[in-house]
Amino acid sequence: MSKAHILKAIQAAKPVPCPLPVVPVFEAETPPTREIFGSVAAQSGSRVVRAEDFVGLATAVRTIYPKDISIATPLRAIQSDIDLQQASPADLNGVDVAVIPAQLGVAENGAVWVTEADCVHRVLPFIAQHLVLVLPEDRIVRNMHEAYAQIKIDDTGFGVFIAGPSKTADIEQSLVIGAQGARSLTIILI
Amino acid sequence: MKEHATKAAAFIQDEARTNWHDESLWFVRSKRDKAAHGIPEWEQLRELASQIKDHTLSHLDEYLEAFEAKAKENGVTVHWAADAAEHNRIVHSILQEHNARRIVKSKSMLTEECGLNEYLEEQDMEVIDTDLGERIIQLKEEPPSHIVMPAIHLKKEEVGELFHQKLQTKKGATDPQYLTEAARQHLRQSFLQADAAITGVNFAIAETGGVVVCTNEGNADMGTHLAPLQIHCMGIEKILPKAEHLGVFTRLLARSATGQPSTIFTSHHHKAKEGGAMHIVIVDNGRTTQLGRPDFRNSLKCIRCGACMNTCPIYRRSGGHSYDSTVPGPIGSILTPGIDLKKYSGLPFASTLCGSCSDVCPVKIDIHEQLYKWRQIIAEEGHLPTAKKQSMVMAGKVLSRPGWYKMAGKSARWVTRWLPRPLIYNPLNTWGKARELPEAPKESFQEWYRKNRSAS
Ligand code: SF4
Repeated sequence: MSKAHILKAIQAAKPVPCPLPVVPVFEAETPPTREIFGSVAAQSGSRVVRAEDFVGLATAVRTIYPKDISIATPLRAIQSDIDLQQASPADLNGVDVAVIPAQLGVAENGAVWVTEADCVHRVLPFIAQHLVLVLPEDRIVRNMHEAYAQIKIDDTGFGVFIAGPSKTADIEQSLVIGAQGARSLTIILI
Repeated sequence: MKEHATKAAAFIQDEARTNWHDESLWFVRSKRDKAAHGIPEWEQLRELASQIKDHTLSHLDEYLEAFEAKAKENGVTVHWAADAAEHNRIVHSILQEHNARRIVKSKSMLTEECGLNEYLEEQDMEVIDTDLGERIIQLKEEPPSHIVMPAIHLKKEEVGELFHQKLQTKKGATDPQYLTEAARQHLRQSFLQADAAITGVNFAIAETGGVVVCTNEGNADMGTHLAPLQIHCMGIEKILPKAEHLGVFTRLLARSATGQPSTIFTSHHHKAKEGGAMHIVIVDNGRTTQLGRPDFRNSLKCIRCGACMNTCPIYRRSGGHSYDSTVPGPIGSILTPGIDLKKYSGLPFASTLCGSCSDVCPVKIDIHEQLYKWRQIIAEEGHLPTAKKQSMVMAGKVLSRPGWYKMAGKSARWVTRWLPRPLIYNPLNTWGKARELPEAPKESFQEWYRKNRSAS
């Protein structure tokens, strides 16, 4: 009922057709290097490291986060302390570190694209105390235009750009890291 | 309703607080400038964003239908609400269908506009706002004073005292880190127990039928991914044609809002999680009326970044609550009179028309020009706020007579230079409040011009 009503009201009210502009690619002068990505991400509170500096992924995770913590990951290279296929979303509340493969990194803002297929549970990157995203180094693009050109946002039911640890400045504009989501974000480049 | 000027006058009673509020917002404005200057194509992006919105508004019915069709294909249930009352009824009935009683909500100006919380609470449901700023003001039983930073008007001592009473934090504790941690623990329980999550929508994509929600805290995601039912409420103007347009808008939004290169979480929801349900409620509530006003339809392009508030000299020194409107500040002063002109006739006057708002607006809304247009309509329809009426009548007379205008200028220059302070900064001269008048030049531009032209 209201649908027809609203659409009719729009038809009566809308302006004459305006053209849709073409969005250029905006090629930045500098190529999207690991260094640029790393320094921008660091400004948002992320830590960017290379797996090869740690002799492999598993060592990197264990070095950065202490050994006696629970890890949840769909990656085979790392031992998961929780069976993600069996767990319910609420079961993940105790997870200390989630290690999740990521699809794409964006140099201009340090954001990383993660989909439901990578997480198994959509809530995993948010509910874990700390988050590790594993990103192939050759998957860093310049800006959001390039990013949206390379991903399909509806490939899975849910996908998210994550650009740092969860944060808030709601009390007197003081920045506090670790609001409702992960308290730290480490991006491991492979 | 008390006029904006009256409420602003109450706000500036506390001078230290006014200065603090002013500086906090100016700090955010400065961060925005720095972020914007880092993007060489910034102006081009603003122009693109503006044009994409123009285009979308001119095909809004088609895009909304395409969006609905696609969302349905994705298994999402789409509802349409003509006004706030219908929106609230729809949300309530979805919740009832799912036997949901405990609801977590992330920041949404639309549900605020519709009064959803109060409505659901009357139906015996529990609604917890999960954005930290929103939770603070919910516990304090106040409306938000800013659309991006809802509790910007509160000091940490006040939050500390509030949390001590409501969340049993230590008496006298004011450390933001400690208080945020307390809220985190408290909200985590709410997320785990929630039957349903409600969010607002930053962008809805016609091409894919999905909605995009941006947060820094991750609260919208904690809610939607844990609760079995997710409901997204959006105004009809949130539509973008294609996914590629998100490239333009995500680059503009966070930089304009807080000076960050990106919001921390930019979440794209297309389908319900396994075993869950996803609903989208599309709301008009006066937007089609605004669309039909050629002078004001531009206001529907707003992406709610808050930049116009942070930069506005009136907003910064009068506080969001003085507007008495869900969306305060410059853009609120255009939108809200569109809903009730008589009640909000004072708002278009809560501006110096300096144009700073239009300069920072990422979608290039001609905010100050629209404020000026509202003033004309308000004057024509006889809704002028009382304080303005007499000075306006006088100004009209003076401006229409060049001789009077020159005289008035001369005497004003004499007055501000030679009159004793108490006469300028007295309660009858609202412009003298919390503001130093610049020293008036000895000669007018006309006088100066005459002298210098004859000299050359
Ligand atoms: S009017 Fe422009 S500057 Fe103000 S909130 Fe909307 S988009 Fe931002």
